[in-house]
Amino acid sequence: MKDQIRQVIREHAHLSVDVETLGDDADLYQAGMTSHASVNVMIALEDTFDVEFLDSMLKRSVFESIDSIAGALQEVGVPA
Amino acid sequence: MSVAVTAGDEALTEAARRIAAEFAAPNADDVDRNARFPREAVEAMREAGVLSSLVPTALGGGGASVAAAAEACFELGRSCGASAMVLAMHQIQIGCMVNHLDGSAWFEDYLREVVAEQRLVASITSEVGTGGDLGKSVAAVSEPADGQASFEKQAPTVSYGEYADAFLTTVRRAPDADGGDQVLVLTKREQMEMEPQGTWDPLGMRGTCSPGFVARASFPTEQILSTPFAQISNESMTPLSHVLWSHVWLGIATDAFDRARAFVRAAAKRKPGEPLPAAIRLSELMSELSLLRAEVSLALEEYGTLISSDRAKLSEMATILRFNNLKIAASEQAPVVCQGAMAVGGIVAYKNDTPFSVGRHLRDSMSACLMVANERIHKTDASLLLIAKEV
Ligand SMILES: Cc1cc2nc3c(=O)[nH]c(=O)nc-3n(C[C@H](O)[C@H](O)[C@H](O)COP(=O)(O)OP(=O)(O)OC[C@H]3O[C@@H](n4cnc5c(N)ncnc54)[C@H](O)[C@@H]3O)c2cc1C
Repeated sequence: MKDQIRQVIREHAHLSVDVETLGDDADLYQAGMTSHASVNVMIALEDTFDVEFLDSMLKRSVFESIDSIAGALQEVGVPA
Repeated sequence: MSVAVTAGDEALTEAARRIAAEFAAPNADDVDRNARFPREAVEAMREAGVLSSLVPTALGGGGASVAAAAEACFELGRSCGASAMVLAMHQIQIGCMVNHLDGSAWFEDYLREVVAEQRLVASITSEVGTGGDLGKSVAAVSEPADGQASFEKQAPTVSYGEYADAFLTTVRRAPDADGGDQVLVLTKREQMEMEPQGTWDPLGMRGTCSPGFVARASFPTEQILSTPFAQISNESMTPLSHVLWSHVWLGIATDAFDRARAFVRAAAKRKPGEPLPAAIRLSELMSELSLLRAEVSLALEEYGTLISSDRAKLSEMATILRFNNLKIAASEQAPVVCQGAMAVGGIVAYKNDTPFSVGRHLRDSMSACLMVANERIHKTDASLLLIAKEV
């Protein structure tokens, strides 16, 4: 799952660094992801994993790192 | 900040009504004409302890709720839009510190100082180069040395910049931090050099006295709020700004409506029993005012509940959308009401020196759509709408 998350981030987060240099717990916003880019990441994640995030999950902190995104995906039923 | 009505709430609304009548209303035209600071109203706020009304009682403040703060902005807005906006902006800065001081002894002491000395706090968020994009900064906190840091920020618009005792400023966390990686710093006037830039001769909100400045500050690092600005913005600065500003605009629009109503009553008294076309227009205008009031009241209720009992929800995109929409809707509707009031009164409303004049109201209300450009907010919302579910 984390490989697919990294793929989505590579394509949509517009980081100022290569995602491969970041750990699973690194702060994506500090790595240059804007709020606007984060929305594209969310849409791409919904699409890739064929899920819908709940409103309660759609907030900055949930999409802060690869780990927190993985947690959110598990919460909506994606197997780890 | 609490939701239940407290003694602090009653004291605040009573003081706001009195100050509006005794100090804001009598000086409103002079403040507007001369684009001068509403010093009488602000001095009266100091004397009544209004500037610390949002500081918790545990720190000696009034412990008032957001609802009471909003009511105070509304009441002052009915008398003088600029005085109301100064209070709104000050309360926003205090609210951010109260909600996010996170146990900091320095900030607790500072809030005690606000209580004791009735400090007036201004805001430096917009910046040359990023415009109204609150979420980005060019200026940065310097590398700290011996616990001291500094910043220099080109500020295009700082309301009451010449009169404030302290400033809450957004800056990047460090010289190498990304534009969106921001913190809020509280600096006192004596720690700053405020170099004036340009003049202040705007269309409306003239008494806010908001020219540009180059703000330079040198301060101990404990004056940086530890909570990231992105979180402060979502939970406090943005929704609280939109709630308090919109109450100011509602106050302005309500006074314009009241002046239109006074005009119609005067006409009805002069010619009892005769048909009055203006009366029909006034009734139509009431619907417009009600729409504004409904949007503003609903948002206040939601913010009051969330900030005291479900803060995390303020960071959800659906919630952010609703508070952004409040700003857009209220900023567009307030000038509609003011313009409608002018249509009801006709030439006597258009003239600046009659009891039915609404020129100041119309001009003041037109600042609303550019106090953070609506187009900018629409762009954010357009993106959030792609993903949020129940908005
Ligand atoms: C009465 C008053 C008091 C103020 N007081 C303060 C204060 O105390 N402290 C402070 O920091 N600021 C203050 N401001 C500044 C204010 O909050 C805004 O930040 C400022 O007006 C933005 O500058 P700007 O109009 O150049 O807008 P910008 O945001 O720079 O926009 C310029 C133009 O570009 C358009 N635009 C921008 N972005 C987009 C987009 N994404 N899509 C489409 N169009 C876009 C806008 O609509 C606008 O026409 C005050 C403003 C007013 C009117």
